Amino acid sequence: MGKNHPNVDKYVESRVRALESLLLEKGILPPDAVDRVIRRYEADTGPLVGARAVARAWRNPDYKRRLLADSRGALAELGVEFDMLRVVENTPAVHNMVVCTLCSCYPWAVLGLPPQWYKSSAYRARMPIEPT
Amino acid sequence: MDGVHDLGGMHGFGPVEREANEPVFHAAWEAAVYAIMRASMSSGLYNLDEFRHGVERMDPAHYLRSGYYEHWLDGIARVLVEKGVVSAEELERRTAFFAARPDAPAAAVVAMPATPAPSFRWLAEPSERAATAPPRFKPGDPVITRNIHPRGHTRLPRYARGRRGVIHALHGAHVFPDTHAHGEGEQPQALYSVRFDAREMFGEAAEPNQKIYIDLWEPYLEPGEPRG
Repeated sequence: MGKNHPNVDKYVESRVRALESLLLEKGILPPDAVDRVIRRYEADTGPLVGARAVARAWRNPDYKRRLLADSRGALAELGVEFDMLRVVENTPAVHNMVVCTLCSCYPWAVLGLPPQWYKSSAYRARMPIEPT
Repeated sequence: MDGVHDLGGMHGFGPVEREANEPVFHAAWEAAVYAIMRASMSSGLYNLDEFRHGVERMDPAHYLRSGYYEHWLDGIARVLVEKGVVSAEELERRTAFFAARPDAPAAAVVAMPATPAPSFRWLAEPSERAATAPPRFKPGDPVITRNIHPRGHTRLPRYARGRRGVIHALHGAHVFPDTHAHGEGEQPQALYSVRFDAREMFGEAAEPNQKIYIDLWEPYLEPGEPRG
């Protein structure tokens, strides 16, 4: 667990269940919503979606050009929907790092939900000043 | 707001630790928080910027000792209470009910609504809008970020204020978070990728050849002179 994933007291679990039940009751939360979330991110959408696009770009120079020039369109060819996304390429001279210092923005549709380290205070604080 | 959420460039948080074989969710309640966020935002109860500002207003000490989904829980509850969707009292009462019955499922006490909840969207609403004015800057233009310290929501990080940079790209006009988080409308503004030499932010502490690209809305920017 460690400090990136603090132990959560029982109050938090009770509060989540409270909010869940209130929103079920008010017709805001669909009854199968939690199951659908788990299914989507544990089975259907994860880092392999992005990996598939990269593997295709390795094999197909035309696709690579499209992925870099029109990332959204090239991902749509693989059936991946995204509002706004730009793919960048690492080269021997350029290494790209991505961080959201203000919250933890992450391309869910392409990479699934972010790992703990990406959301940690340590990563968000350090990346701008000490990225390597 | 100059809150504790604005972490960029701070020291003292220790090493970045990777968890081996990390599961997607560490507990069922995390998936429930995710579902609550998607369903309540898809229903139009609040927008993405109101949600983010809800999280930013957490008690700072609580923010630092809690994780991602607890941040969400706190922000969502704050915004839903402010908007009158749930009352603070009913939320407390219901929390006490489940605290006393740790094995009761959420649906245990619920009289199901006559009309089932609508299905929710997986993606946030697109933020791009038709431009209402031509963009003030073009790629290559030198700019300086404004030294602003609004008490409300902003996407201009503290470490990037009053800094000289260059317009790298224009992303089109997008909903302006600084107004959208406060019920003052979308007020779409040009959104740019702005490139900074990291020395502009961190001086000699910056790493050699380090550039920082930040997506910034036009009202954060003034025309500037290139960095020395």
